[in-house]
Amino acid sequence: MNNFMIKKEQWLKISFVVITLWFIWFANTHFDEYTVRILNNIAIFIILAVSYNLINGVTGQFSLEPNGFVAIGAYVAALLLVSPDAKQYQYAIVDPYPFVLTLHANFVVALLLGGAFAAILAAILSFPVFRVRGDYLAIVTLGFGFIIKILAINHPEVTNGSLGLNDIPEFSNLYWTGGIAIIAVITVLNIINSKFGRAMKAVRDDEDAAIAMGVNTFKAKTLAFCTSAFFEGVGGGLLAALLTSISPDLFDFFFTFQLLIIIVLGGLGSTTGAIIGTVLVMGGSEWMRFLDEPMHLFGYETAAMPGMRMVVFSLILIFIMLFAREGVMGKRELTDILKWRKKGGK
Amino acid sequence: MFMQQMVNGFSLGSMYALIAIGYTMVYGVLRLINFAHGDIMMVGGFLGYFGIAVLDLPFGAAVLLAIVGSALLGMASDRVAYRPLRSAPKISLLITAIGVSFFLENAFNVFFGGVPKAFPVPAYLENVIDFMGLTMPVSAILVPIITAFLLAIILWVLYKTKYGMAIRALAFDVGTVNLMGIDANRIITLVFGMGSALAAVGGIFWAVNYPSVEPMMGVLVGLKAFAAAVVGGIGSVGGAVLGGLIIGFTEVVVIAFFPELGGYKDAFAFIFLILILLFKPTGILGIDFEKSRF
Repeated sequence: MNNFMIKKEQWLKISFVVITLWFIWFANTHFDEYTVRILNNIAIFIILAVSYNLINGVTGQFSLEPNGFVAIGAYVAALLLVSPDAKQYQYAIVDPYPFVLTLHANFVVALLLGGAFAAILAAILSFPVFRVRGDYLAIVTLGFGFIIKILAINHPEVTNGSLGLNDIPEFSNLYWTGGIAIIAVITVLNIINSKFGRAMKAVRDDEDAAIAMGVNTFKAKTLAFCTSAFFEGVGGGLLAALLTSISPDLFDFFFTFQLLIIIVLGGLGSTTGAIIGTVLVMGGSEWMRFLDEPMHLFGYETAAMPGMRMVVFSLILIFIMLFAREGVMGKRELTDILKWRKKGGK
Repeated sequence: MFMQQMVNGFSLGSMYALIAIGYTMVYGVLRLINFAHGDIMMVGGFLGYFGIAVLDLPFGAAVLLAIVGSALLGMASDRVAYRPLRSAPKISLLITAIGVSFFLENAFNVFFGGVPKAFPVPAYLENVIDFMGLTMPVSAILVPIITAFLLAIILWVLYKTKYGMAIRALAFDVGTVNLMGIDANRIITLVFGMGSALAAVGGIFWAVNYPSVEPMMGVLVGLKAFAAAVVGGIGSVGGAVLGGLIIGFTEVVVIAFFPELGGYKDAFAFIFLILILLFKPTGILGIDFEKSRF
């Protein structure tokens, strides 16, 4: 019976992958450019949200640093992707270091290196970061994310300072973003269902009890932190190759705030929730574009109000926290819900 | 030159200190990093601006308006957003605080625009005077004096009044405070009111110093002030002041003597924060939060 259940779950996963792949192909051939662009965004944010959820939701360590890791991935990938010729003319503030001009790699290498740099940085940072817990951890990671942005601004020899890097080849398309999103989701799910994942959940539910039971909590937290940083770095690379230009301002705290809304709305700790949250927030943010524009209300025309969407989003975040703290999914996954329906409550 | 920089550092540090006191008091009673505190300071600056530029009030009345308005806003944020979450996990409270912070920033951005507004500084504050061989505006001297005065009031309230005793007791043990017949929620509201009032004064100082207000001005100041509170020892009012002064001095002095580090000015507070958490997590005037508070 148990065996059968595992098999059924795997079939479920495989069918999801197949359906997603078919949808990617269908979207790529049938949808217009605007829709495909939104879908690209959603796919990248699924990568980011699912990996952010691993450290925040599953392991319960309230990191506020994803913007920093995304920035690292984006900058590493961009430096490797921009052709030496295009680099020559970009550095307007100071002349770049000579080695910067020679850097060049293909897309896969650039993405992997972006992820690797972010993961290595996360491994180094985990020593100071995991000496503290709870809200202290939040503020320390926020500080590191901020410092990464300041470093990007103050090293124009590498990053071109506040001007950022331009002319990044537009390699990202739905096959890349969607494909990597599938890989990220499967990897994260496999980690959650492994013994490391159980250790992570133990850390979240009661860290002292986990230590007492002999769980190496530092290892569990560091693994979650590095995995999440790796995919955030890869996502950053994809983002750079989608937007074709990046600058430090793109990676301020607002970026983290967006991801935070996504995983809170979907349900902290649920990978399915992170995906649903991404679709709701990114899709909703497109749909709510009308809020920023002039409106006709009862015969009056209101002025354009850029930023109105963000007001609505912050109100949504507060309302979720006050009235529906579990979000859409709580800590459940899609497979839990399907199991529950079949067996009538287990 | 050196003395001049010292006065500047003292002035900047006093501003951080005023805001840090609010963080440290709220953390003491709720164990919450009130992310919205920096934005309350921004609202204080804006209310001062509206008082002078729109309502045509004299400077003193505009400051009073800012203090009262910010205190009310702080208390309202507690009533609406934080009080329903008293028994919720601490992380929920933190996320809500981030939400309140973003709401205030973006609401002000939408309704009043993101372009910095010139703050009408009264002439008598801008007057440059000679003071023991130093030339500086009156405001740079007034800021530390007013800060010291407000600090004295806060310490008096905390240590000499019944309300202060209740606040300190609340930081120690919420359950017992309730058993003693004290309405914990009322005391927490009071703490938010006091902290927000100080933040408003800090916001006015900031607006006078830079002379402008804009919706995002509280973000960075708020984070630095929180770092100051942790560096000094969170939960301790004296520690908040000490931390604020240390960070203010560092920013001014390092940039005065190593101008090439100017781009890293905003990172100093975080570097301090990380170092202190690594080597003495309880802060300089360390308070062991598991044993006693204040």
